[in-house]
Amino acid sequence: MRSLVNRVGAAAVAAGALIPASVHAAAVEGAVQKQATNFSAIVMFLIFVLATLGITYWAARRTKSAKDFYAAGGGITGFQNGLAIAGDYMSAASFLGIAGLVYTSGFDGLIFSVGWLVGWPIILFLVAERLRNLGKYTFADVASYRFQQTPMRTMAACGSLATVTFYLIAQMVGAGKLIQLLFGLDYMWAVVIVGVLMIAYVTFGGMLATTWVQIIKAVLLLSGASFMAFAVLAKFGFSPEAMFATATQVHPKATAIMAPGALITDPISAISLGMALMFGTAGLPHILMRFFTVSDAREARKSVFYATGFIGYFYILTFIIGFGAIVLLLTPDATGAYPFLDAAKLAAAGGKPNPAMIIGGSNMAAIHTAHAVGGDLFFGFISAVAFATILAVVAGLTLAGASAVSHDLYASVIARGRASEHDEIRVSKITTVVIGIISIFLGIAFENQNVAFMVGLAFVIAASANFPVLLMSMFWGRMTTRGAVLGGWIGLVSSVTLLILGPTVWKSVLGNPAAIFPYDNPGAFTIPLSFLAIWFFSITDNSKAAQDEREAYKAQYIRSQTGLGAEGASAH
Amino acid sequence: MKENAQRILANPKFQELVQKRSAFAWTLSIAMLVIYFGFILLVAFGKGFLGTPIGNGVTTWGIPVGLFTIISAFILTGIYVHRANGEFDELNRQIMEESK
Repeated sequence: MRSLVNRVGAAAVAAGALIPASVHAAAVEGAVQKQATNFSAIVMFLIFVLATLGITYWAARRTKSAKDFYAAGGGITGFQNGLAIAGDYMSAASFLGIAGLVYTSGFDGLIFSVGWLVGWPIILFLVAERLRNLGKYTFADVASYRFQQTPMRTMAACGSLATVTFYLIAQMVGAGKLIQLLFGLDYMWAVVIVGVLMIAYVTFGGMLATTWVQIIKAVLLLSGASFMAFAVLAKFGFSPEAMFATATQVHPKATAIMAPGALITDPISAISLGMALMFGTAGLPHILMRFFTVSDAREARKSVFYATGFIGYFYILTFIIGFGAIVLLLTPDATGAYPFLDAAKLAAAGGKPNPAMIIGGSNMAAIHTAHAVGGDLFFGFISAVAFATILAVVAGLTLAGASAVSHDLYASVIARGRASEHDEIRVSKITTVVIGIISIFLGIAFENQNVAFMVGLAFVIAASANFPVLLMSMFWGRMTTRGAVLGGWIGLVSSVTLLILGPTVWKSVLGNPAAIFPYDNPGAFTIPLSFLAIWFFSITDNSKAAQDEREAYKAQYIRSQTGLGAEGASAH
Repeated sequence: MKENAQRILANPKFQELVQKRSAFAWTLSIAMLVIYFGFILLVAFGKGFLGTPIGNGVTTWGIPVGLFTIISAFILTGIYVHRANGEFDELNRQIMEESK
């Protein structure tokens, strides 16, 4: 076991301060050295790949129509979809990032977990059933329901593609870093493997395969994390108090880890982050797409209920695992050594352990804890699950991006509704391959960049460009094409601009001395701005088309409330 | 379908469904927002309270408050799904039946 740990020990992940907008992506940043090959993890990962390719083969034989390809035929149950949604949401970075954050800062980790969870009830209460009743394959179906198709779909597709691209880059770079660290494979190979497998899942198996890959991964991740939390608590006779007591004794911050720390200092940052997390979730295209895979609004509601339960449970587990990391990694083993801390740094500090000495950086906290509680085999298992997680999330993102191109841009804008179903699927498959290849190149191009801010960017764009248009299209009968399109573009442009001018990009990435815009997260400004623009440009729109669009709201309203004329499940 | 829509709109049960369901959804949404932003404001302004140990232990009030926020999200979704998939769906079924 020591030798394995030492091999990991050669890794030098720049610990990098976790910034609020970016915990999701912060899994692995900075330069990582390649490790010696980790066979147990590779074997377990190969088993996962073989099983999921088997599922893809099965799914490919059942995927014939566009509905099968985009929405798994609408035949996924609420429970299955709940797991798949949870799977989409529990990315490797949220698992490793939040556990790492708890390990270094304690309570602060919980603040993020809570922020990521509370968007779900809002989605259920306000969005889920209307979305299911109105939509077919993409959220643009809903946003453009009674509006002019070309400008609306173009705007919605651009919002989707921007969100998906930033999210994808973060995932690809994370995958490359993680695989170097965990499996000892070359960065480039890691990125290529992710790209090729993702193309295979999506082009051959469509949404059906993507959903089942996600479900399997969610079950594996939840089981692995449950075992870890159980093993940690078992060491303390299942008394959280005893675990916290030990943690405060061994952590240099002592009892400060039990209280909110320095992560959130001023209320504007706090509320801005809260808004971006809450509303960004409701604007992520790959998540919204999942609501079309169930048969009706009833199953859509159930899926959010189950997803909220799984995600909440998972965040409680990561909190326990983070504290487990504190007590297990910062206390000496039977021989008096600290196997998971960097020996040189430990010696330099006179043998006094500190969380920052962790081998591989704070994001390795959960992985080391797996090693400490379950030995080599479990370490391999958790490593394989972490990689499988990235793969599954990437497949979901790619499908969402491909749908935006084929269903929104190609079928509605370019072919103006005259494309055959067969052509549309073909375009979608070609797009998947193109997105796969582009993301391999982007993954390689961004290898040495700090990409942690990119998931933050994806959330802010989703919250400022996609969410306001989607929500207003369903709730506000007086919205017009002009208001929606301008509001959406203003949300998109303002959020990207302010993020670039903010501390994360302007100061940390571009190396300027001070940021022009003071907040990491522009959500508190850009989300209201987008709503305001939608309102203003709609009420001042007196065109004939605008009148017709307002007239059409009544029919849309009835369908959104009752499901009259809504898409059903396809018969198999 | 157009006639259907007219009949649905004229059905008093439709108004009842829409009113009840949206009042319920907004109430629960506001409850969730109050709980969450209450938690965030406590983090921003009430660090002292969240960092106060419960009794003589090291566990602080922040832990149950954070857990409560997570669990309340789950419970609120449960409450909504229970009523929407029961009472509201039944009402919806009747409306669709009567408007055929």
